[in-house]
Amino acid sequence: MYAFTYERPKSVEEAVNLLKKSGEAKLLAGGQTLLPAMKLRLASPGTIVDLSKVAGLSGVKRDGNDIVIGAMTKHVDVMNSAEVQKSIPALAHLVSVLGDPAVRNRGTIGGSLANNDPSADYPAAVLALNATVQTNKRKIAADDFFKGLFETALAGDEIIEAVRFPVPEKAGYEKFRNPASRFALVGVFVAKGKDGARVAVTGAGESGVFRVKEMEAALGKDFSAKAIEGIKVPAKGMIADLHGTAEYRAHLIGVLARRALAAAK
Amino acid sequence: MSNVTVTVNGKSHTVDVAPETLLVELIREKLRLTGTHVGCDTSQCGACVVHVDGVAVKSCTMLAMTADGASVTTIEGLANGSALHPMQEAFREHHGLQCGFCTPGMIMSAVDIVNRKGSDLDEHTIRDELEGNICRCTGYHNIVKAVAAGAKAMKGGAKPARAAE
Ligand SMILES: Cc1cc2nc3c(=O)[nH]c(=O)nc-3n(C[C@H](O)[C@H](O)[C@H](O)COP(=O)(O)OP(=O)(O)OC[C@H]3O[C@@H](n4cnc5c(N)ncnc54)[C@H](O)[C@@H]3O)c2cc1C
Ligand code: FES
Ligand code: FES
Repeated sequence: MYAFTYERPKSVEEAVNLLKKSGEAKLLAGGQTLLPAMKLRLASPGTIVDLSKVAGLSGVKRDGNDIVIGAMTKHVDVMNSAEVQKSIPALAHLVSVLGDPAVRNRGTIGGSLANNDPSADYPAAVLALNATVQTNKRKIAADDFFKGLFETALAGDEIIEAVRFPVPEKAGYEKFRNPASRFALVGVFVAKGKDGARVAVTGAGESGVFRVKEMEAALGKDFSAKAIEGIKVPAKGMIADLHGTAEYRAHLIGVLARRALAAAK
Repeated sequence: MSNVTVTVNGKSHTVDVAPETLLVELIREKLRLTGTHVGCDTSQCGACVVHVDGVAVKSCTMLAMTADGASVTTIEGLANGSALHPMQEAFREHHGLQCGFCTPGMIMSAVDIVNRKGSDLDEHTIRDELEGNICRCTGYHNIVKAVAAGAKAMKGGAKPARAAE
C-alpha cells in the first residue's frame, strides 16, 4: 500500500471539504473493497477520508412507504433489521448471501453502491426496487445512478448519505455464487411495485447491472415464473471469463429469474 | 505518524503508527502478538480474524487508525492463564488442525458464531458460517466437529470472548 494522509471527519460537510481540498482523496467506508484494491495498488489515494465517525449515516428506518438505509449501515445490520426482514425480505436475503460474516461486519451499502462492481449484489436490489440514492447534493434515481463498470453518477465530492427503497408488493433475489469469491456469477432481483414489475441482473452484464425489459413487460401482467418461461436473454453483451461463458450466463438469467419469482414474498 | 489507542485483550496500548498500517500489522508487529496470522492478505482466508468491539473482523482489511478507541480480542486473549478456552480445547480434542496456520482465525470465527447463534449449532450452520475461513490442510471435517463441540462446551459456563472486552 502506498502512503497516504488519514482524515477522520465528524460531519458530512467536513468530509466534503476534505474531498474538495485534495483531488487525490477517497472516502473509506467499510474498507472491504478499497483496502484490498489499495494493497494491490489498483488504487492509491493521497488522502483517506474515513467516514466511520461521521454522525447520522447509519441505521435503518421506515419513512411512510419507504425503507431508508443510511450509507454507512453495515451489511450485517441490514440483514438483521426487523424492518427490512418484514418489509423487504428479499433484501435481507440478498445481504445474507453477500460475502462472509467478517465482510458483512464491516462492509456498507454506500460503499457497495459507490463501487458498483459488476458482480456486486446491492446494485441489483437498488435497480429492481427502483430505489433512490440520496447524496449530500441531490436524489439520484436508480436508473440514472449506475453508469457502467465501476462507474456511477457520483461526482468526486459527492457522498452517498442514504438509500431509499419503496416497499414492494413482492420481491425475490436469487444468486448463483462464484464459490471462490462469493460474488454473483449471476444474480437476479425481481420486484413488483406500484409502477409495475422490474427485473435487474448483476454479475452478467459487461457494463454492470441492467434491467430485462422483456421480462418486466410479461411480469406486469402476471408476476409468476410461468409468465417468463419462453423469454431468452441474448448472450451478446454478457461477461465471459474462466468462470462461465456469455451463453452460460445468459442462460442462468432465465433460470435464476424464475427461481426468484417462485421464491418472491 | 499518529497515535492510536486500542485495548487489546483487556490492556490499553497507545502506539504511534503510519496511516497505512493495518490492524493486523499493529497487532503482530507493534504489539508482538503473533498468534493472529496473515494468510492471504487479500481479505479471503480469515487467518487474521480478531474481534473488534465484539464482532469478527478480518484484521488485514481494517486500518489501525480506524480501530482507534476500539476494544480488540485476539487469539491470545481467549485462554485463561494456562487453561485453554473451551473452543481451543475442542480443536485440540477433535484434531481440528494440522499445520495450525488457519487455526487462530478459525477459533476467533467459531467463538463469534457461538456469540451470535448460540451453542446448539448444526453442521450446515457451521459450514455456512465458516465460509470466510480457508484451511489448506484438514478438509474441514474435524474443524466442523471441533466447533460443534466447542460451542457446547462454551455453554457449560465458560465465558465468551466478549466478556473479556
Ligand atoms: C472476501 C470478500 C467477499 C465479498 N463478497 C461480496 C459479495 O458476494 N457480494 C458483494 O456485493 N460484495 C462482496 N464483497 C464486497 C463488499 O460488499 C464490500 O463491503 C463493498 O463492496 C464495499 O463496501 P465498503 O463499505 O467496504 O466500502 P469501501 O471499500 O470502504 O469503499 C468502496 C468505494 O466506495 C466509496 N465510498 C464508500 N462509501 C461511500 C459513500 N458513502 N459515498 C460515496 N462513496 C463512497 C469509496 O471511496 C470506495 O471507492 C466482498 C468483499 C470481500 C473482501
Ligand atoms: S490474511 Fe486477512 S483474510 Fe487472509
Ligand atoms: S490446519 Fe493447515 S491451514 Fe488449516
